[in-house]
Amino acid sequence: MTSLLAWSGLRGQRTLLLLALFLLWEVAARLFADPAMIAAPSQVLSVLGPRILADPHVLAAVGLTLFELTVAFLCSVIFGLLIGLAIGASAIGRRGVMPIVLLLYAIPQAILLPLFVLWFGIGPLCKITFGFSHGVFPVILSTVAGLRGASPLLLSGARSMGASRLQIIRHLLFPHMVSVLFSGLRLSMTLTLLGVLLAELFVSTSGIGYFSQVFAQTFDPAPLFALIATLAAMAVMLNEAVRTVEHRFTRWK
Amino acid sequence: MLETRPLAMRAVQVAFLALLLGLWFFAVGAAHVHRLLLPDPVNVWVEMRALAVSGALWNAARVTLTTVGEAYGLAVAFGILIGFSISRSRHAVRLFEPILSGIFAIPLTLFFPLFILFFGIGTGSKLAYGGLYALLPVAMTSIAAFARVDPGLIRGARSMGARPWALLRRVYLPAALPGILNGMRIALVICVAAVLGGETLASTAGVGYAIKLAEELMDIPRLYAWLAFVVLASFALNLLLSAVESWSIEA
Repeated sequence: MTSLLAWSGLRGQRTLLLLALFLLWEVAARLFADPAMIAAPSQVLSVLGPRILADPHVLAAVGLTLFELTVAFLCSVIFGLLIGLAIGASAIGRRGVMPIVLLLYAIPQAILLPLFVLWFGIGPLCKITFGFSHGVFPVILSTVAGLRGASPLLLSGARSMGASRLQIIRHLLFPHMVSVLFSGLRLSMTLTLLGVLLAELFVSTSGIGYFSQVFAQTFDPAPLFALIATLAAMAVMLNEAVRTVEHRFTRWK
Repeated sequence: MLETRPLAMRAVQVAFLALLLGLWFFAVGAAHVHRLLLPDPVNVWVEMRALAVSGALWNAARVTLTTVGEAYGLAVAFGILIGFSISRSRHAVRLFEPILSGIFAIPLTLFFPLFILFFGIGTGSKLAYGGLYALLPVAMTSIAAFARVDPGLIRGARSMGARPWALLRRVYLPAALPGILNGMRIALVICVAAVLGGETLASTAGVGYAIKLAEELMDIPRLYAWLAFVVLASFALNLLLSAVESWSIEA
């Protein structure tokens, strides 16, 4: 009991809560569930090595997804920044182009997936472009918001003290923008991943879409869960990576 | 972010759609883009009318809208309930909030094969998938909104003898409503996108299924006709949401 009390920190309680959930899942899966539908965590863990990590085909599919995700995210960041700067720098951009961006952002992009396949084939290009089409919008929106975010008081203060245009950008606009931008970058990472995964699952003749289909249709849940867990771990790690970079850049706050 | 008047913004959007249509005519007529990639807009218009007249549009839309409605209703009800329960204690908020936002960072799409495995390829899997997707933003914003209700208001109402139900109805809900509404708006967009996306991935009915079917049959004008319907519908939804938003700000 005393060792339990030592865990009473918030982090410890959170861990205990998650462990309890996993235990519940384990018991429920072993005692009540249909083995063709649900695998217990221990069974998932036991097939993770041999069926997922040691299978070169599955591993190659996961690696390809990671590659597509990286390229799509980098493109989203670069083009999102450029477009966002172009829009946010002028009143014409904000009044004339921003509504169009908002209009495009409001379309549920998932339905355009067949169109992307039609245009870009079923290879990596289709997944990268589809991931990009999801990830670029948060970067644009947060860049524009970041440019607009600097308080007019600070701006006029800097100007009255004789700061040059370059100095204002370097010491005022840029630090301010970075902190807004990073919240957009994290959302962009999540959405890029969503886009790439949607495209991967849609094209089920190869990649992780193929393997998840095979596992699901042969009612072999353990490797399916293990594959999903691998990808989820990937998603969490990427999210943490963006968060770490964010902390480095916004330490001044 | 939006300094423009709504009317000017809509004008730009309509002008953009018109320009897009013009470019489309040009690409097909003068630039000779392949018909398989970009069909003649006239053919698409004919197809759109055929879909509307034959009732195929309404049949598919009914399936999708019913699924969205059910998923969204469940998500809002349970999201507010979960948000309210967690917000009761500061400790619970600090315990659960990172877990919820952590889950939100993982695309639920990953688990889509499991939804199919559990609920089949009928509307059930889309209902569960869209509902769960929409649940998180409602729950997260509800937690924040309920936790931020002014304790002075609650103490005041209690000291005047408000019973728990009256307290919830007259104090908590009105005070937390703006935050909850914001979450509900995000959740609606996510819910529509998730249901349509789920239908496109694996389904037997609905708009997403019709889109996928048209693509598989290489019936390109029909594919574009369906896409045009969805784009127009999302434009209308967008208009509706901003109308509701400006109305709720005024009220």
